[in-house]
Amino acid sequence: MNDMSVWGYLTTAASWQGEDGIVHRLWEHVWLSGVSVLLACLVALPIGIGLGHLGRGGAVAINLANVGRAIPTLGVLILFAVSPLGLTTATLIATLVLFAVPPILANAYVGVANVDRDAKESARGMGMSGSQLLRRVEMPLAMPLIAAGVRTSALQVVATATLAGYTGNGTLGQIVFRGFNVNLNYLVVGGAVLVAALALVTEVLLGLLQRAVTPAGLRVGGGTAARDASTLGQPERAAAAV
Amino acid sequence: MLSLAAHEVVLAVGAPNPWFGTTYLEDNYEDVLAALQEHIVITVAAVLFGLVVSIPLALLSQRSRVAEGLVLGSADVIYAIPSISLLLILYSSLGLGLSSATVIVALTLYNLLILVRNVLTGLRGVPDEAKEAAAGMGFGPVRRILRVELPLALPSITAGLRIATVNTVALVTIGFAVGHGGLGALITQGYKDNLYRQQVLTGVVLVVLLAIVLDLILLLVQRLLTPWQRAVST
Repeated sequence: MNDMSVWGYLTTAASWQGEDGIVHRLWEHVWLSGVSVLLACLVALPIGIGLGHLGRGGAVAINLANVGRAIPTLGVLILFAVSPLGLTTATLIATLVLFAVPPILANAYVGVANVDRDAKESARGMGMSGSQLLRRVEMPLAMPLIAAGVRTSALQVVATATLAGYTGNGTLGQIVFRGFNVNLNYLVVGGAVLVAALALVTEVLLGLLQRAVTPAGLRVGGGTAARDASTLGQPERAAAAV
Repeated sequence: MLSLAAHEVVLAVGAPNPWFGTTYLEDNYEDVLAALQEHIVITVAAVLFGLVVSIPLALLSQRSRVAEGLVLGSADVIYAIPSISLLLILYSSLGLGLSSATVIVALTLYNLLILVRNVLTGLRGVPDEAKEAAAGMGFGPVRRILRVELPLALPSITAGLRIATVNTVALVTIGFAVGHGGLGALITQGYKDNLYRQQVLTGVVLVVLLAIVLDLILLLVQRLLTPWQRAVST
């Protein structure tokens, strides 16, 4: 058992079964990440889109995303773990949501606020009300960036959820850290490979979703997906490149 | 072979465990300084190596659509892999062992996406007039890149450097998995040492402060290097 290869570990049926098995840990990982991203969307999308529509609070939205990047996710998880609250499923999800909100908020804001001025004025000229403008012009045109924000958040959440394995809160990360504790390299590396695979599958699926929600008129040049505006120093340029 | 941390227990079971106070720092300031130093060295190395690799990649991408697709596509894929995963895969495949070099390689790879994109954006923003003027003055391609294009791309490059730096400072903590997480070691050791709150908090606060300080330094460098931008904005 001790000298099992990573490949051997991943291809043995027994590795996939049971409490510590890959299927169970994968399910914990996907479930935690999915719930957290959904909750973050519920919080961040209305605020980001609303602020973008009003054209206000942009500096706050973008700075929040920048500050979020400076805070180590590991640190916040452990802070919860050493607090009286402890690291429970609820506080774990709260941490994941905390880190998932800023990119969604910033991208939704940038996407809506930077919709072409001519398009907005044409819509107004056609007699659209504020809410019609939002639903029929601004939202569709902002979709690529909104989806990019969700994609960035989802990847962040999948990565952070891995660290929950360190504190014994499940996820594929627990395979990695159990490997450390019992000194089995194939668990450490096998777990790491599974985490990478999950992240890449997430990236591909959300990339497809992003393409699906992008209005046909915006799919130019082979449909290069819009990129997270908040990782490019100049959001206005990133948005203009969509 | 892999061990997370060899350390001494500094908080006795049942001892008072306040969030704030100077007990931890007073007893362990040498360890804290060593962790801070390691954190700074890894961050600076990963950002500088990232920049050094990104500039040729961006120049290549500027000249060829195929290269751009390959470079940005691979950087995208790497960026999608969670840091702890990338770190451990590199650890098991590079043979650099439980060293800060493994952490530096992983974080350099992460910085490629941010830096290549920003260098490329900067290069694409260089006005044709400036390039033509350089050609007219008899500048060869290398001199034109070094003396005209890269300097004019500086605002975008430094914007990328700032994002990469802040990102990297936070990510170095994950290096604890190979025993070189800089200040991350305070966070994980505090957790293992009977949930020692001051130690964990010291680690987290110092990481955030370091990110802020390095960001401000880069902002200053940006202003000094690009005086024409200041003239425009004031």
